[in-house]
Amino acid sequence: MSQDSLPSILRFDHVTVAFGSDVALADVSFEAFEGESRVILGASGSGKTVLLKTALGLVKPDSGEVFAFGQNLTAMSERQLFDIRSKIGMLFQESALFDSLTIEENVAYPLLNQKSIHCAPGQVLPRVEETLEFVELGGTLEKFPSELSGGMKRRAAIARAVVTEPPLVLYDSPTAGLDPITAHTIITLLIKERDVKQTTTLLVTQRYQDGNLIANFRYNSKQGCLEPARNGAGRAMRTTFMVLREGRLIFEGGQDELEESKDPYISKFVKQRV
Amino acid sequence: MLDLLKEPVLAVQEFYLLAGRAIRNVFRSPHYTDDIALQMDTIGVGSLLIAALTGFFSGAVMALQMARALSSYGQMGKTGTLVSIVLVRELGPVLTAIMVAGRNSSGMASELGSMKVTEQIDAMRALGTDPIQKLVTPRLIATAVMLPLLTIIADFVGVFGGWVISYVFLHLDSRLYWSTSWRALEWNDITQGLLKPFVFAFAIALIGCFYGLRTTGGTQGVGRATTQAMVAANVMIFILDLLMTKVFVWQAS
Repeated sequence: MSQDSLPSILRFDHVTVAFGSDVALADVSFEAFEGESRVILGASGSGKTVLLKTALGLVKPDSGEVFAFGQNLTAMSERQLFDIRSKIGMLFQESALFDSLTIEENVAYPLLNQKSIHCAPGQVLPRVEETLEFVELGGTLEKFPSELSGGMKRRAAIARAVVTEPPLVLYDSPTAGLDPITAHTIITLLIKERDVKQTTTLLVTQRYQDGNLIANFRYNSKQGCLEPARNGAGRAMRTTFMVLREGRLIFEGGQDELEESKDPYISKFVKQRV
Repeated sequence: MLDLLKEPVLAVQEFYLLAGRAIRNVFRSPHYTDDIALQMDTIGVGSLLIAALTGFFSGAVMALQMARALSSYGQMGKTGTLVSIVLVRELGPVLTAIMVAGRNSSGMASELGSMKVTEQIDAMRALGTDPIQKLVTPRLIATAVMLPLLTIIADFVGVFGGWVISYVFLHLDSRLYWSTSWRALEWNDITQGLLKPFVFAFAIALIGCFYGLRTTGGTQGVGRATTQAMVAANVMIFILDLLMTKVFVWQAS
């Protein structure tokens, strides 16, 4: 099925974001479709986090427009944005768990605070437990974020991002600062979430191997592990790669095109392939 | 020159926007009553001892100093009058506000600043909560309710401190001290003694939250925001005190 025939989930139309004289995003345009996976690569300071925050309406563009689920975010007030944000899950770079709340309260937070999420009070705890089991963190309900390791915090934050079952999930450097084994566990969870819940995924990362896993593996729910699926084979949608450099979108396309690119900046990322 | 002015003017504009939204949110739902109660406990109950001690010692020192000055006019019996007037009009509201600013304005800046640099504020917005409604408005309400109450306690403990000095060291008649203290006070004194802490509370809470929410630069930034909040809140307390005193003096005359 052509991606263009699917509903557009997220669209950036000539978006520029600047903080004073520093341009974080410069004339960025792209469109993500339902069920698609997008891997956004770029060095530190290339505008990856700003791109995700702009997609969520947390940062307003200086020019251009952002559309999520067909609605123009740039024209919305903060209160109007809450409805759109309830359809978007976000994993922040440093997890951003509320450190004064327990893991249970953190994961329950979106269920209790997002107006458009109608969760009966009796259903909150079962859904929190179910989501924590999904990220293999059952038994941590009463713990505080400070009591968890870096990888566990990241998993708890994923649970908080997906507990409302949003159709679009944004992951900001989910493997940054983690050891290779934990990083692999986190990416496995992302693929599991994508394939089990059929979510559209935007992954920001500096590690090409994260994108490679996203593009070439699928989750086998029977065996509970990843299995190869080269370039989306066996999956309805393929993965699109994007490369940001100093706020500019310098590449958008499939993995094969990315690997064939002669651009020295792009090849720095591709060389890391495992 | 214009570039130099741009940043402070922008900061003032952001402060007034924050203040406007925080006050508007008092009348808009949702109301985070649990957070208001928690902040009342932190700001009110948590500052009780420090407010009482400040009141007691300032009242005691006032009694010693005033008795010395008044004795040269043979008016030592008026010690209670001066202690109560100065405490209720000025020292009670100002010293209590300074203590609460030192304790809570900096606390708010560091708490919100830490949340800002760890993206918890962004997470809150992403998860459907207005950070001003959830974090700033409860602190504003709690400070506006608790600071006048703390001031009343500090005033009373201060007058009591003055009595201890007057009775034990100056051997003044207790009944004379209390009756002159009580009779010295007029409605104007009570009004300004309660209105001042109410206005100071806005400065303390809003300045603390403002510096916290605009924190940048990691843990160093949190430290900087904490110091700036405390200094700015203290300076603002003195400026507001002068302005309000001028208004009350003009109104009384």
